[in-house]
Order: sequence, then structure tokens, then C-alpha cells
Amino acid sequence: MPNEKHDVIIIGAGVVGCLTARALSRYRLKVLLLEKASDVGTGASKANTAIVHAGYDPTPGTNKAKFNVAGNAMWDQLAGELNFPFERRGDYVVAIGPEELPILDELWERGKKNGVLGMKMISADEMRRREPNINSQVSGALWVSTGGICDPFAVVAAAAENAVMNSVELMLETEALDFVKEGRRLVGVVTNRGTFPCRWVINCAGLYSDVIMRQAGLETDFKITPRKGEYYVFDRAKVSINNVLFPVPTPISKGIMVTTTVHGNTIAGPTAHNIKDKEDTSVTPEGLEEVFAGAKKLLPSLDKGDVIAVFAGLRSSGSTGDFVMEVPREVEGFVNLAGIESPGLTSAPAIAQWVVDALWEHGPKLEEKPDWDPIRPPRPRFRDLSPEEQTLLIYSNSAYGRIVCRCETVTEGEIVAEVHTPVPARTYDGIKRRTRLGMGRCQGGFDTPRVIEILARELRILPTKVTKKGPGSELLTRPAKVQGGCHA
Amino acid sequence: MPEKKCDVVVIGSGPAGLAAAIAAKERGAEDVLIIERGEELGGILIQCIHTGFGLEIFQEDLTGPEYAQRFIDRVEGLGVETMLGTMVLDITPARRLYAIQWGRLLEIEARAIVLAMGCRERSRGALAIPGTRPAGIYTAGTAQRFIEIEGYMPGERFAILGSGDIGMIMARRLVFEGARVERMVEVLPYVGGLVRNYVQCLVDYDIPLQLQHTVIDVKGRDRVEAVVSAQVDDNFQPIPGSEETIPCDTLLLSVGLIPENELSKKAGVELDPLTGGPYVDETMQTNVPGIFAAGNVVHVYDLADWVTEAGYLAGRHAGEYAIHQRRGSERKLRVIAGDNVHHVLPHVLDPLSLERGPQELQLRVQWPVEAPVWVNVEANGKLVKRKTERYVRPSEMIRIKLPPEDHGKIVGAKELSVRVEEKS
Ligand SMILES: Cc1cc2nc3c(=O)[nH]c(=O)nc-3n(C[C@H](O)[C@H](O)[C@H](O)COP(=O)(O)OP(=O)(O)OC[C@H]3O[C@@H](n4cnc5c(N)ncnc54)[C@H](O)[C@@H]3O)c2cc1C
Ligand SMILES: Cc1cc2nc3c(=O)[nH]c(=O)nc-3n(C[C@H](O)[C@H](O)[C@H](O)COP(=O)(O)OP(=O)(O)OC[C@H]3O[C@@H](n4cnc5c(N)ncnc54)[C@H](O)[C@@H]3O)c2cc1C
Repeated sequence: MPNEKHDVIIIGAGVVGCLTARALSRYRLKVLLLEKASDVGTGASKANTAIVHAGYDPTPGTNKAKFNVAGNAMWDQLAGELNFPFERRGDYVVAIGPEELPILDELWERGKKNGVLGMKMISADEMRRREPNINSQVSGALWVSTGGICDPFAVVAAAAENAVMNSVELMLETEALDFVKEGRRLVGVVTNRGTFPCRWVINCAGLYSDVIMRQAGLETDFKITPRKGEYYVFDRAKVSINNVLFPVPTPISKGIMVTTTVHGNTIAGPTAHNIKDKEDTSVTPEGLEEVFAGAKKLLPSLDKGDVIAVFAGLRSSGSTGDFVMEVPREVEGFVNLAGIESPGLTSAPAIAQWVVDALWEHGPKLEEKPDWDPIRPPRPRFRDLSPEEQTLLIYSNSAYGRIVCRCETVTEGEIVAEVHTPVPARTYDGIKRRTRLGMGRCQGGFDTPRVIEILARELRILPTKVTKKGPGSELLTRPAKVQGGCHA
Repeated sequence: MPEKKCDVVVIGSGPAGLAAAIAAKERGAEDVLIIERGEELGGILIQCIHTGFGLEIFQEDLTGPEYAQRFIDRVEGLGVETMLGTMVLDITPARRLYAIQWGRLLEIEARAIVLAMGCRERSRGALAIPGTRPAGIYTAGTAQRFIEIEGYMPGERFAILGSGDIGMIMARRLVFEGARVERMVEVLPYVGGLVRNYVQCLVDYDIPLQLQHTVIDVKGRDRVEAVVSAQVDDNFQPIPGSEETIPCDTLLLSVGLIPENELSKKAGVELDPLTGGPYVDETMQTNVPGIFAAGNVVHVYDLADWVTEAGYLAGRHAGEYAIHQRRGSERKLRVIAGDNVHHVLPHVLDPLSLERGPQELQLRVQWPVEAPVWVNVEANGKLVKRKTERYVRPSEMIRIKLPPEDHGKIVGAKELSVRVEEKS
């Protein structure tokens, strides 16, 4: 085998894989993080509701309940160390009409059993005062001050970056295809880029975690079903809902909610429908209708005319209904994480810690690195700076004075910086997710030609090789025959 | 402390901005400044390398850059100052501007401002088209920019949603480039853009147009592989069974333009929800004294020549305002959109303005009438002026002039209303 042996190989660079890599980077271990896509965090971790749940929802006693509440408590420190947007602004479960009111009591009870802090019942009048646009039929609400919101992609990118800063190796466009085994022990991972020997494998493959389980040799009928969630995004200039509003939950989901994001846009969603295809993140007319109807139940004044984007994400819904977190007996050298659906984002920091603990117990001796640096320094975001700070930034590098995306005020300096980080953006979507460029009203109409130019220059490739999201998604096809010649 | 003081600051250098700067200078304003975020003057015209510009003003058939150059030469000849690569970030109601110029922030105080920021294209998100989100979905204007300015093709096999002018012009351009345009689909029962463009760009190149059709699905994971079109009923709902898969690698959108007014709002300028642009009076002044507006930022025009005229009007009055620092008359007649009128400009009109010269009303109809019609202007229910048109279409702006002699007919009225009726 050509490759040096890794102590740990993590399969999948979603929020779970990246936070796990970062947690392990604290120890003297050779860690390799594999991701089949062209960027980290392009699975469920980028297309979700971005809520750091308080924990009143999961059934008491489950992994979901336990890791939700434990995970929730870790977010302030995490956001402080990794410098991503996070706001613990609290959330509301809103009962509409008297018949929904008793469900709030159930949630309260469940929350107490799960150890949730900061719960308070508020009256209909109080709810109307706090959210003037709320449906006038509101009958009461559960207010939970420990709920939060974040920029989920920023969490993944920052965690991956911090891991790489601390010597984790990240390989993108590298898919785990099979394992090398010695008896029951996994001793290597076979990928499209060669075979990598290792001592431990951690399954963080999201929708494909069931496939990985079987490849590793687990005999199980455990199955992941993709469950689609669709969303509307509203124009910040037109709709400003400053709250996180849940309806009362149904047996299979938390329902269609309306929430502000850390960037001030309002989003509505998600639906919850089981589908077959693990790659099908398309948006459907029926799904969008359902989102709109559900959102209007909370906020009747919402207008479709103010929508600027739609998207969908896939939950990895496991057949056991709970997070699977195990160091199975049948296979050695394997830590299995599967069925990490909602509240998986919230729970991810606690899940990562659980992996560390599991390795302590079963694995190699973990030795702390004295030079481990938990801080991922923030990069300047031009739009958030004061005019004085902007002037200084421009003075240090004039590329910060060139605005590429006018709706979200993103500068060339920010784009170039993202191409040269430990976890670089190499695609249009990679830039978009990191800077919010193209996410405003014009949805990239103005910036796309400029971003292609910058990516081509910085990556030293032809403009026709610049992609939206990796090989196969090239944005341009060939030089035009009749050259413009219009530089009048 | 502002670093710079000007009589008139014009934001944007498309045909509206260029004309406004020329007129302000000619009216006597001394320091006239054009601020343009692009790297050259000319606005959208720079990427419109086809002909069709200047027929009204110069009686010549010019390309966009040629047309723009005529005004750029005058701007330069008159000594108008220009700042390129400079983007205005904020304006206050007291006419202070904050801009960023290749690496530095500027603060400018203006005695008058002309907003001439043009418009942007409606995107896929605004339409909420279902399906996947692969590479290969562009607005027609972005595709135009790729080909004409960057020199690259954004695809080889196209479907086009919407039949706006830019979409039709691009359809022909793509054929010139050796690409295939499989189909254009339009949700309305009539063409969105000018008939002239329909004939010269689609009919002449055998590009099929399907009216009352829309795109209901996009397929393809990394790059567009196909779109699904369907016929729609009178409520624009897809008719089941009419779906058709059109293989293509690119979907172009030509589904409307939206005036670019985020900046105007910051200055306290009130917008008309029907046009998406500011409420203006006959001098193109907005509700904020000293702030004027012209061109596509006010309402979307179909001909750049009319944009130029609107720019002259706004610039002249901005120059006037800069010199005298006073608002015109407060006597304002409201101008109301009546039957089959989508909107009419100006929103208010000083009846005395007719003493100074003819005043033009600009309107668009709500639905097409392919038969002779009357365009009636009425004051308090009494006919003031009427004009006949052989047909009316939403894509073609209608202009009607009130001559000075009509002054007497409107002087006591509270409002003017405009309606379009079929001649019987
Ligand atoms: C619609 C929706 C809404 C949600 N809302 C919330 C919420 O508000 N709050 C909350 O806490 N949680 C929420 N969740 C859940 C949360 O998003 C997920 O639990 C979390 O993102 C899971 O992270 P992950 O790393 O396990 O999976 P993913 O992010 O899917 O990452 C798995 C990664 O593994 C890679 N991979 C797979 N197979 C291979 C292979 N063979 N080789 C290499 N790489 C591979 C994939 O490409 C992917 O990048 C929501 C989920 C959805 C879908
Ligand atoms: C994408 C597109 C393609 C078109 N193609 C055609 C065509 O092929 N044929 C045709 O006849 N008509 C076309 N038109 C319409 C026609 O060109 C317009 O009617 C005309 O150019 C409008 O002139 P304008 O001056 O109002 O705006 P524009 O020409 O759009 O000029 C506005 C200018 O303002 C600048 N600006 C905006 N905001 C700021 C700011 N904050 N700070 C500084 N500068 C700013 C912009 O960079 C731009 O240069 C097109 C329009 C668009 C939007």
C-alpha cells in the first residue's frame, strides 16, 4: 500500500464529520477526513433550518434527547472559538386556536424530562406583542430562551478549517468505496484516489451511512430513508420577522416554521416527505404549496411575491428513529454514526465529543497536543464593518474596495481570501456559501461573470473550467466566435 | 465633513444618466458629477452590441455602444466630471452620498441628485421554478454579458423562459454563435417584448415560441439536462398531460426587469408598487426635494431613446433645482390609471407646467388590444385630450402629449385620469 497509515479516517465532511475531525485534532493522531463532494458541508449540513434546538422535542431517554440538550449547551463556546454566526435568541412554539394549546403542555413536560432550561409559557396577548404579524387566532406559546440560530455552512467550514489548521488532512472529491479488512478489523479505506491504511474508521456519511455500515461488515437491516424538506427564502428588504416561530409539532416533524436567519432573511419550511433517491434535492410545486400554506398559518401576511429563492435538503432518517451511535462488536476499528437527522446540527458538537470518548475507551491512547489551537480566526466581512474599519481594510488591501456582489455587499478581497484558506472555496457555490454572494435579491445575475473571472485567475485555470459545484457543473462552454468587441 | 460638494450628482451612466448630466450642465449647473460603478460609461448599452438604438433621436440605426458614445462625447465636451468604478452605497434625504471607489470611501454633498441606476433582471428564485439547482440557469442579460463582454458561451443548447426583448435578442445572438435554441416559452397569451424583436429575432431564425406555456421543472444534477414545459390555463396553472421534456443544457430567463431602487429607499424616496420605481412629478422629482429620477429606475422603458429623453427632463430640472434650491409649485394634480391602464407617469402634474410647454404622459396598458383604440385623458370626467392607436400592447409604452392650449381644461380639476377604450 502506497499511503502512510492514519490513526483515524473519517468518512464524510458534514457538520458531524468536521466537528469530529476538529475534536480529534486536539490529540496526537494522524487524522484523514474524506469527502466525496467538491467542498465540505454540501449535504444536509448546508440545507436545513439552522436552528440550535433547545431540546423539548425529542422523546425522553433517546440519543436525540440526550445529545440535543448536551449539544445545545456547547454552542456558545464553539461559536466563540470558531467565529461563526450564532445567536441564542430563543424560540417560540405557537399554538393557533384553543385545540392546539394542550400540545404546549406536552412539550413543556417533555422539555422538563429532557433537562431543557429557559422554558416559559406566554399568553396569546404577549405573543402578539412580541410578534405583531402573528396569526390573530394565536392561543398561547411556549417560549424557550435557550433556542438559537446559526449559519450552518459557516459552522462546517470553520470546523474543517480549524481541524486542518491543527494538522487534520482533508481530501475532497474522494469517495470511500470499500474497506480493507483483516478478519473483522478494518485496516484501510479504498477510495477513487487510492487505498488509505488506517486503525479506525468513523462513519459520518449522512445519507450513505447505511451503505458504509454494510461495507464495513455489519449485518443489519438498518436503512436510511431520505426525507425531503423544502423551503422558501424571503427578501430581507420586504419581510422582516425577527423571531423563530414553530407551529405545534406533528408526529413526524416539527412542522412548517417561519424563522429569521442570522443574516436577517426570513425562511419558511421545511416539508417532511420520504423519497427514494438520495440525490434528489429538487424542489416540487406541491412541496412549495405546502410550505406556503403552513407558513401562512403562523403569519397570514406573508406574500409569495417577496420570495427570492427556494431550496430543499434531505434528512437521513434512520429506520430505528433515533441516532445510531455505536462501537459495534462485529467489526473492529469502526465507530458508527448513522441516522443523524434533526436535531443533528444541534447535537453535532456533543456527538463529536462522544466519538472522542469512545476512542478513549476502545482505541489508541489519546495524548493531547500542547500546541492545539482551538481558535479559527474570523475573516473580515466588509458589510459588517463601520466606515472607519472599512477604510482601514481597503487601505490594507484595495481588493476590499471592489464590490462584486451588490445586493449583499461582498468585495473582491473577501472572495480572494476564501480561495486561499486551509479549506479553500474552489467553486462558485463554495464562494457563495462562504460569503453570501449571490444570495440576495438578484441571485447572482450581476456577480457570476466577475466570480468566474476571479476564480479563473486565482486558481490559474481557464474560465471554461470554473464550475458551480465541482466537475460536470462548468458554467461556460467555450469562447464565443464573434468576440464582443464592444469596449466602445 | 464631506470631501466634495457638487451641484448635481447623477448616479448611473446609462442613457438616462448621461442625458441627465448633459441637460443639467446645459441648464447652467456648474459641478456636475456622474458616478458609475462599472468600469466604463454607458450602462447596459455597452453590452447591447446589436442595432436598433437611435432611430427616434438620430434617425439612424446604431448599436448600443455607438449610441452611448454620442452622449459620452458630449458629456466629455461639456466638462462633466465622471467617477468610474465607484458605487454609491448610501444616500441621505439631505442629499449626502456615500460611495466606494476602487479602494476608498467618499462622502459627497449634492445640491441635487438624479437617480439613474437602471434595473435588474428578475431571477429564477423570484419565480420559484421547481426542480434541481444545477449550473446552466442564467438571466438573458447575464448571458448577454458573458458573450458580448467576457467573450464566452454559457451553453450550447438553450431553452428560454419568457419572451422579453433581451431574451429574444439573445435567442438570435445564440444562433449566430452556432448554439441551438430549442424553444422559447411564454406564460402569457402574447409576446412579452416588442413585435419588431419577435419578427427579427425569432420568426426570421425559425425559433419556436410557445405562448401560454411555462417551465414547471428543471432536470440535471450538475448541469441542466432538460427542462419540462407545460401549457397553462387562464389562471396560469399548468394543465396536466401537457408536459413536454425539452433536452437542453441551459435555461435562459427573460421574465421581466425590476427597477433598482434599494438606494432610493435609503434616501426616503417613496416607491410605486405598480412600477417598482419612485413616485415622480412632471419634472421627474421624487417625494424627496432635490432628488430626481430617470430611466429604467423609474419604470421600465422599451426604447433607450425614450430613456434619453427622460434623462434630459430630469437633468434639466435637477440643474434648475441646484441653482435655485427650491421645489417647484405645490399645486399638483394626481394622474390616475383608468380602464386598461397599468400605470401612468408622471404620478402628479402641476397644471401650470403646461404654460411652460407641452407635458407628456407615459403609460402602459394592462392587456393587449389588437384593434384601434382611443387613449383618453380626462379631467373630472371631461375629455381633455384623446389619441388613437392602431393597437396597444403591454410591451409598448404609449406616450401622449398635453399641449399648452389644454391648460385651461385642467386648471380647476382635482385629478387627471387616463383610460384606453376600443373604438367601436
Ligand atoms: C430539511 C432539514 C432541516 C433540518 N433542520 C435542522 C435544524 O434546524 N436543527 C438541527 O439541529 N438539525 C437540523 N437538521 C438536521 C441536520 O441538518 C443534520 O442532522 C446534520 O446536518 C447531519 O450532518 P452530517 O454530517 O451527519 O451529514 P451531512 O451533512 O449529510 O454530511 C455527510 C457527508 O458525507 C459525505 N459522504 C457520504 N458518503 C460518502 C463516501 N462514501 N465517501 C466520502 N464522503 C461521503 C457526503 O457527501 C456529505 O458531505 C435538518 C435536516 C434537514 C434535511
Ligand atoms: C440586462 C439588460 C439588457 C438589455 N438589453 C437591451 C437590448 O439588448 N436592447 C435594448 O434596446 N434595450 C436593452 N435593455 C434596455 C435598455 O438598455 C435600457 O432601457 C436602458 O439602458 C436603460 O437606461 P438607464 O440609463 O435607465 O439604465 P442602465 O443602462 O441600466 O444604466 C444604469 C447604470 O447605473 C449604474 N448604477 C446602478 N447602481 C449604481 C450605484 N449604486 N452606484 C453607481 N452606479 C450605479 C449601473 O452600473 C449602470 O451602468 C436592456 C436592459 C437590461 C437590464
